[in-house]
This record gives sequence, C-alpha cells and structure tokens, in this order.
Amino acid sequence: MPETSRRGLLFGTAAVSAGAFLTACTSNDPKEKNTAAQSNAPAADNKPGKPVTIGFAGPQADHGWLNAINENAKSQAGKYSEVTLEITEGSNDTAAQIGQVKTLINKKVDVLVILPADGKALTQVGLEAMRAGIPVINLDRIFASPQAYRCWVGGDNYGMGLNAGTYIGEQLKGKSNAKVVELAGIDNLELTKQRSQGFADALKNYSNIELVARQAADFTVESGQAKMAQLLQAQKKFDAMWNHDDDQGVGALRAIQQAGRDEFVMVGGAGAKSAMDAIKADNSVLKATVLYPPTMAASAIDLARALGQSKGVTGLSELEIPTNLTLYSAVVTKENIEQYLPTGFN
Amino acid sequence: MTQPVSSAQQSGPDKGAAPVSVPASPKNDRTPRALGLRVDLRNLSLLGVLVALIVVGGITEPDAFLDTGNLQLILTQASVIGVVTVGMTFVITSGGIDLSVGAMVALASVWATTLATQEYGFAGILFTAMLVGLGAGLVNGMLIAYGRIVPFIATLAMLASARGLALQITDGKTQIVTVKSVLDLGLPDSYVLGIPPLVLMFAAVTVVGWLVLNRTTFGRRTVAVGGNAEAARLAGIDVRRQRLYLYLLSGLCCGIAAFMLIILSGSGQNTNGNLYELDAIAAAIIGGTLLTGGRGTIVGSVLGVLVFTTITNIFALNNLQSDVQQIAKGAIIVAAVLVQRRTPAHGET
Repeated sequence: MPETSRRGLLFGTAAVSAGAFLTACTSNDPKEKNTAAQSNAPAADNKPGKPVTIGFAGPQADHGWLNAINENAKSQAGKYSEVTLEITEGSNDTAAQIGQVKTLINKKVDVLVILPADGKALTQVGLEAMRAGIPVINLDRIFASPQAYRCWVGGDNYGMGLNAGTYIGEQLKGKSNAKVVELAGIDNLELTKQRSQGFADALKNYSNIELVARQAADFTVESGQAKMAQLLQAQKKFDAMWNHDDDQGVGALRAIQQAGRDEFVMVGGAGAKSAMDAIKADNSVLKATVLYPPTMAASAIDLARALGQSKGVTGLSELEIPTNLTLYSAVVTKENIEQYLPTGFN
Repeated sequence: MTQPVSSAQQSGPDKGAAPVSVPASPKNDRTPRALGLRVDLRNLSLLGVLVALIVVGGITEPDAFLDTGNLQLILTQASVIGVVTVGMTFVITSGGIDLSVGAMVALASVWATTLATQEYGFAGILFTAMLVGLGAGLVNGMLIAYGRIVPFIATLAMLASARGLALQITDGKTQIVTVKSVLDLGLPDSYVLGIPPLVLMFAAVTVVGWLVLNRTTFGRRTVAVGGNAEAARLAGIDVRRQRLYLYLLSGLCCGIAAFMLIILSGSGQNTNGNLYELDAIAAAIIGGTLLTGGRGTIVGSVLGVLVFTTITNIFALNNLQSDVQQIAKGAIIVAAVLVQRRTPAHGET
C-alpha cells in the first residue's frame, strides 16, 4: 500500500460506515461479543471493504483473561474476509515486545493493535509506529503519551470497584455494622489501585458498611487460595467480600470450601466462565462477578478495520472513530447470567 | 577404588567408614551422642525465632492466632513448599542448586490435571505428577552430572523451558480438577485426628528425608560430594551418579509437591509454584544448610519453612499490606541469619 494512503487514514475525512460495534462496546450486549457464534448480528459492516492488514502484538497469555483477549482478536478478524491478521508471539519482556512491534512496522501493516505488557515502556515504539504512518489502537494498558495512539480501548478498573462496591452496598442495605473484606490483585499494578479506589468510594455511600480487611493476591489460583485462607482465619465472620480476579477466585472459592464458611456474599471480577457457572448454579457464596470484558480485543479489531478503511462508527454522528473507548463493567448476577454466559472465558 | 565403598555400605551408618567420610568436614564425623541425635544449637536458635514469632502472633491476635484452625492453616501452607525444600536441602548439601523447582511444580501440576489424566482418577493424577517431576529431575541430573553443565545454568534452563511447556499445555487456562477423591483430601472431613492429610504427607517426606540424609550411605555420600567432590571421587564415590540421583530426588519432591498443590487448590495452573525456588533456597539457608555444600539439615530447613509461613500468617492476621509484608520479611530473614551466625553448630564446641 502506498505510504500516502496510510497517512490519509489519519487525516482524511471518513464516511460513517454501517456497523454497530460502538454500540456493542458500550452496551455490553453479549451477542455482539460471542466470539464463537457467527450467526449473531455482525459487530461491524460485514460487507468486505478494501483489504486491511492488522498487526496484533500482545503480552504472553499466561492468564485466563489474556488468553481470552488473543482468542477474541483472532476470531473477530476471522469474520472479515478482507482482514489479514498478523500476530506476534506474546511476550512479557518489554524489549522483546518492542522488537515485535518494530517487526510489524517493518512489514508495513496498515493498522497496529497493541496490548502492551507495560504501557509506559511501550510508548516510544507506539510513537514510532504513528510517525511511520501506521495508526495504533492501544488496547487496555495505556501508553504514556496520547501521541502514541490514535484510539485507546480498554476496561474500566475504577468502575469495576465502584460497581462491585455498589452491588455489595445494595445487598447489605439495612444491615447494621456490616463487615466487608477485599481480596485484591497484584498490588504493584496501577489497575489494582484503581479497582480498590473505586470499591472504597462506593462503600462511602453506605455508612453501615466497614471494610475490615484487605489482602493482595497474585492473580493466580495458588495465591487466591492462600490469601483467602488467611482472610477467613483473620475474620471469623463478615458479610461480603470482593475478589478482584476470577482466576484467583478459583483458589479463593476452594479456601472457602475448605474452611466451611458460607455466611457471606462473594463478588468476583473479570468474568471467567468458571465464575459464571458458579453464579448460575447458585450453590456457593459467589453470587456475582464484575466484568472486565476480554471482548475489548474484538472491538479493537473492529476499530482497526474501520481505521484501515477510513470509516467512522455507526451510531455516532462523528466522521472518525473516537479517541477513547472505555468498556462498561457490568455486574453479572443470577438474574442476567444467561445474557452474559457466552462472554465467559476459560 | 570400588572396594572401600562396598565395605562402607556394609558398615553401620554411624561408623561412617573412613574412606567415604574423608571429604566431609571433621565436625560432621564426630561420634554422635546417644541415639545419634546431636543437639544442633543452630536449630535451637531457629526454634527460638519460631517461638518468638508465636509469642508475637499470640499477643497481636490472641483469638485468631492460637486457634486450632489457624495452626492447621499454618502447617498446611508450609506443606507444599516444605516438601520442595526437603529436596532442595539435599541438592544444596551436595554443593548444587536447583532453580527449577517452582517450574517443575507448575509443569507436574498442569500435566497431572489435563483432562486426559483426570480420566484415570486419583492414581492417574498422582503418578503423572510424580513421573513428570522425576522426568524433569532426570533431565537436570543428566545435564549436570554427565553434560557437565553447572547446576545454576542447567536448572535455569529447566526453569525457562518447564514454565514454557506448562504454559503450552494449559494455553494460559486454569485446569480445574473434577476428581472427587483428590478434592476430598483437601477438605476438613479427611483430617486425621485434626491433622490435614497434606501435613501428614509433609511430615512423612520430612522423616524420610531426615533418615536418608542422616542414616544412609546415600546421605553420607551427599555430604561428602558437597564437602569436597574430588576427595569424594578419590574415596570411591561415583560423584556423577550421586549428582544424578540428587536432582532426580529434587524432581520427585516437586512432583509430590505438585500433587499436594492440586489437592490444596483444586486445580492446575501454569503459574503454580511461582518463586518456590527462592523460598526453598531461603528456608534451607536459614535452616543452616551451607550454600557451598558439605552441611545440610532437614530439621533446620523445615524450621525455616515454618518461620516463613508463620510470618506470613501473622502479617495476614494483622491485615498488613503487601509492601509492609515484604519489607518486614526481608528484615526477619537477615535477623534470622545473623542469629544463626553467632550460634555454634553443635553443643560440644
């Protein structure tokens, strides 16, 4: 593709295309996000446009959610006959990921989708891509400079905490001296601080609730089991708990089972299938989970395709795709589980 | 050359036939006291640290800390890493190091929890975990003993590739165990006289480990190789074969630990056993095993693990946050080692 046409993507006027992907992003409509079901309404105009090659560079999928990100990206790209997806091997090594993005730049892909292992560290290579005329969709972990991406799409960590806290607050309404505990994720991640801040802010609205304990785990089953076992030992009785991550939640649920406790309500985070199955079965303390949808990867592919074809987003009056797109952290409970079950990841 | 070895094997363990014991440090070869149970003052000082911690826990959280459930929890949480540490103690005593223990636990746990293995139930999961541990240990041992790659590098390579393989097997997903007989072992109904089965397994591995290190030719050879490998070779010990066996032993311990972790967490995940190598090495060193080889103590290692687990428990009961926990843990490691340094190894000195 000529150099000029790629530049044109950034500055040229773009027609609003048929397609509903923005609506899909903001409404959390699970049908749009069901990566397996091809029969669903297309997230974007399925009519083949001009060919687009999308480069995708993500971190190593050593966690259920990251694995789901990769699967979502691949399956969404597979829906468009004119889209070619160039995927690099995932890596948590910053230097390696920079090298991979550079390779994609050298291959002259039309659009780049980057989920950096470390957003700040990958900023420079994002800038490099933009300067080379390749628009970047920054997925989830945000770059340090807005110049390094054309569009950011990601989850709402603060909103996760806020919605989890509000759900728990509503459940415990009218209960005096209610005690809540928090099983956080990896403490040195910015996202963990945001989740905890949102949770604390939500609980401020309920004067009857006190956050009595908070322990950080490592997003792993093993750490979830260990830290939850400790929390249960430290707090002989409480009314609700929020666990930041459903992967560590597998371990937390095991610890709860081992301790034989059931006096409280548990709310999970992220939206793993195992958690959704447990909510549906309604035979454990887990009554809800707050989404951090991996479908954002599919949305990123849609946005990348729209960029590559100089289109905007249906449902909005703008001629261009937006700069920022934050997904909603819906609370999944037994009442709406059927709607969200297809988005649950393994 | 082989003659002295066989005679050493025939002699009683305590006599320690001169040719084999030449390389070991003189202190280790003193005639043991009655029943061979020497009082190790270093272990006593470590026991003192543990008692001090228990007092701290009892004062800060009197209700929660001294509760039966909490004692069961501390011992259970010490069990998995404890079994790994027993294997590590042997390797370090021989002058080696095994950086791959955490990765071997991960690999064994995910292989044992694949759907195919779960079809074979309890035995399928148990034997797969042990075989994978043995297999990884065999590779480590062959590379080190016969490939002449230094243990640090060989096991570092195993760390990387075993983690990679574990990730490949799981595809980043958590493998949930559905075999009821395995899951039940982690539940209170299966406690024997109030002792969780995992703790019993840990105790069994500890006793066997202690007997092997202190009461068998294998144990004496391990110490001898660690004290002075060349002298051990001259004394007729097949140093290479001994090293191979030691890494096999470490791998087997990791396989057993993986099975225990499966019981504990009800699942297999590629992130299992994260940083076990550092915890196991730290516990062994705090316990009084020499990083340079030639001296190893199973009792010390187990005390080291218990100190770590108790610290973590007290931190969590007092709701300390991760940053404070890490700082305090570092300080306590240094304090424990300083106390060790100032204490002579044995009562007779």
